[in-house]
Amino acid sequence: MQEFAVILVSSILINNYVLVQFLGLCPFMGVSTKLESAIGMSAATTFVLTLTAMVSYIVDVLVLMPLGLIYLRTIAFILVIAAVVQFTKMFIEKTSPLLYRVLGVFLPLITTNCAVLGVALQNASKDLNFMQSSLYGFGAGAGFSLVLIFFSAMRERLAAADIPAPFEGAAIAMITAGLMSLAFMGFSGLV
Amino acid sequence: MLETIAQQPILAALIALVGLGTLFGGLLGFAAEKFKVEGDPIVEQIDELLPQTQCGQCGFPGCKPYAESIANGDAINKCPPGGQATINAIANLLDVPAPELDAEHGEEADVRTVAFIREDECIGCTKCIQACPVDAILGAAKLMHTVIADECTGCDLCVEPCPVDCIDMLPVKETIKDWHWPAPPTTADLIASDRRAQL
Amino acid sequence: MKTWVTPGGVHPPENKHQSLTMPIGTLPLPEKLIIPLSQHIGVPANPCVQIGETVLKGQKIAEASGPLSVPMHAPTSGTVSAIEHRPIAHSSGMLSPCIEITPDGREQWIEHRGIDDFQHASSSALLKTISEAGIAGMGGAGFPTAVKLNAGHQRPINTLIVNATECEPYITADDSAIRERAQEIVQGISILSHILSNPSTILIGIEDNKPEAIAALKPHVEDTGIQVVSFPTKYPSGGEKQLVYILTGQEIPSGKLPADIGMLCVNIGTTFAIKRAVVDGEPLISRVTTMTGDACGINRNYETLIGTPVSHMLANSAFDEKACSRLVMGGPMMGFSLTSAEVPIVKTTNCILAPSFQEIPEDEPAQACIRCGMCAEACPVSLLPQQLFWYSQAKDYERLEAHNLFDCIECGACSYVCPSNIPLVQHYRHSKGEIQKARAEKIKSDHARERFEFHQQRIEQAEKDKEAKRTARREAAEKAKATAANNRETSAPGSAADIIAAAQARAAAKKISPEQQRAKFERSIAGAEMRVSMAEEKLAEADPNRTQEQENILHAAVESARQKLDQARLRLAEHNKAHHGEQVD
Repeated sequence: MQEFAVILVSSILINNYVLVQFLGLCPFMGVSTKLESAIGMSAATTFVLTLTAMVSYIVDVLVLMPLGLIYLRTIAFILVIAAVVQFTKMFIEKTSPLLYRVLGVFLPLITTNCAVLGVALQNASKDLNFMQSSLYGFGAGAGFSLVLIFFSAMRERLAAADIPAPFEGAAIAMITAGLMSLAFMGFSGLV
Repeated sequence: MLETIAQQPILAALIALVGLGTLFGGLLGFAAEKFKVEGDPIVEQIDELLPQTQCGQCGFPGCKPYAESIANGDAINKCPPGGQATINAIANLLDVPAPELDAEHGEEADVRTVAFIREDECIGCTKCIQACPVDAILGAAKLMHTVIADECTGCDLCVEPCPVDCIDMLPVKETIKDWHWPAPPTTADLIASDRRAQL
Repeated sequence: MKTWVTPGGVHPPENKHQSLTMPIGTLPLPEKLIIPLSQHIGVPANPCVQIGETVLKGQKIAEASGPLSVPMHAPTSGTVSAIEHRPIAHSSGMLSPCIEITPDGREQWIEHRGIDDFQHASSSALLKTISEAGIAGMGGAGFPTAVKLNAGHQRPINTLIVNATECEPYITADDSAIRERAQEIVQGISILSHILSNPSTILIGIEDNKPEAIAALKPHVEDTGIQVVSFPTKYPSGGEKQLVYILTGQEIPSGKLPADIGMLCVNIGTTFAIKRAVVDGEPLISRVTTMTGDACGINRNYETLIGTPVSHMLANSAFDEKACSRLVMGGPMMGFSLTSAEVPIVKTTNCILAPSFQEIPEDEPAQACIRCGMCAEACPVSLLPQQLFWYSQAKDYERLEAHNLFDCIECGACSYVCPSNIPLVQHYRHSKGEIQKARAEKIKSDHARERFEFHQQRIEQAEKDKEAKRTARREAAEKAKATAANNRETSAPGSAADIIAAAQARAAAKKISPEQQRAKFERSIAGAEMRVSMAEEKLAEADPNRTQEQENILHAAVESARQKLDQARLRLAEHNKAHHGEQVD
């Protein structure tokens, strides 16, 4: 039980995939202009991450390791991720066409989100069991959601504020992300 | 069996990847059938935001065709009766930046107008009745035509067909009932003493 | 009695002592009284007098138009001198329909009597009297009182709250009214209690800066079940939702009315008007108004006739125009500036404030928001004024509604504390207006879409009907032809189709010899030649009045006649060629 708590705290706060490991910055910057789309994106990414962690563990343990194909991990995991994202895309298109429209090109881009592949490869290299891998996947998703929602809430306020002209748009967003990252560094050494 | 395949690395790699690919392909195919989507509800949501004047200034024969075109990626700044407010609303819905109104399609009118038929000159030809997209003109062949002002959306489509040019677009007067507070002056990027000098 | 404390609030300097040094006075009759037809929430009243008509004091001069309306009465006897659009006290500066009465100085009352024993009168009779007396909420909102009481009558009301708070600085109208008319006010409250089927709790809420008023009320409420509850002074405690919370600890849910939680709030000035209407039979034709501000030499409360021009009040109060920074109708927090002094006092006017430049200086220019958060501390509704301000500037109406913009009571506490002098309430009012405009547009566009879809459906249906008729006609014609061919021998001369079909059949059956055929063609050529010559003659006629268009038409006629002639000749030539070798009889 304590082990699960440690894994979660570690993947959500201490080694946050976005602000500490700097993975998955593309959707972090791209889908954070509106709070609603950010919430939708984080839900989609968490779903993808958890499912990917589980399925890539199974593929790794049942197919790649017995057949001695560890060098094919990257390709195999990309295959898994692509399939999961495609499934997620279909699911979202059916249940919420507006979210589907809003996420636009960023939904299939979850495939190339380095956080997803990063989670899969890190799990594989750490020799974990199924439960631990899934928790790492879920924790990565939860951490991503946390910072994405915070960031989009801040960006919404920034959009209404009086920003000096040279800083408007991407510039102030990058500065904000950098400051958030500094804040999250405070968690290092917690566990 | 796995051990034998494990002895042959290339065969193993091939079987593994092809097997995985087939498996996932099958799953996705099944999912594609289960999650089939008919039509495009986004068009309805865009149409809700358009002003429904059916005037054609955007270049499309009505508001629904323009909504469909926007759903296919068309520019969202082509609607003058909707004005900047509609552009902002559509931009908010689709999470895209909100451009200025495209002047090529017309200017945003300051005041709402409604059509008015000068009854002395009307010849009862019904051309305007056929042109009105919301059936706001009352009349029949060889009988007096008149515009029902409450139903008129100010789309302008009746003015052209009239052979005796007896239709005017008159501005609607603002009454005390629909008066609203104007915006207070915004805090410009001035220091206080400059602004005081402006007063 | 226990009271609760509302969040936020401010304590501006009270400035009430200036206007409480003298009892309620009366002004001399003005030269003209201007009575606007809309002094209340709802539909404006309809005039029921003519220009030139003589009216008596208290006579009805405008009928209520519909359920959400109140009638207007003549404040004094005189002549109706005009019914037209006049400037009224409205922030837009627009004109509004008014009835102007020129007083005759005699102050002659119309025959009137009240209900003798209201305790045994029915609620509906009392409500009718209140409605006919033209009573609207006199605390400032102007909602038709009879309508509010009727809604209360339909639902169980367990608490009646009489609002004697008067929290705004400078205003002392209710305070002085209570001091001098406590007994009549308590009578009015018992009338209300009777209408509402005797609610279990009746409270008079009053701030603790009015000890004289509290003392005046105490003897009259003994043994009546009415409780006078005083609470610490704070602006804005006089708002309906705030007062309900202070006295009972209950919150009225957003978008709901006090009646939804079994409460009813009435201004104390309105209860006095109710007493006068029910017991004395007098309609609402005057009210207590505070005339205050350092630019006026005399600060006191007056029993003012409705329709008195503000300029008349100022003239009788030693007004110094040059010392006055601006004229305000209402108090310094929620009142609005008047553009002209010719506007009339109406049923909801509780104060005319003529401040000097020291009291209310010119507006400082607004500076940038420094995000200090003092506005959020001051808000009595626990909103986030800073967020509302930023979203209002960015025109983000979705976020504004998410932050409960429409729960703002526009009390002005946030603008009062803002260190950057930002006119926050103006921003909120503007945004509320824009959102309301957008909602009205949406209703219109939805309606237009419905009509357009029906229009398209109608056109489609008309097309379909036409198609159906066409096919039906075609089938009928074919059927008729078929039956005609079958019944040719036995048919009597039937329809036109039958006859034509019969004639065609005969023509087809008849055999014509080549000789006869040639003769036919020659006859047709002769006819065509004659038509050509006729057309050419017409063209040759020299007619000076002929226009170019007519000229062209005649040319075309000639051309077409010539073409037909050529065709006829061609047919003959072909016939001759075909029957060239045949024997000619």
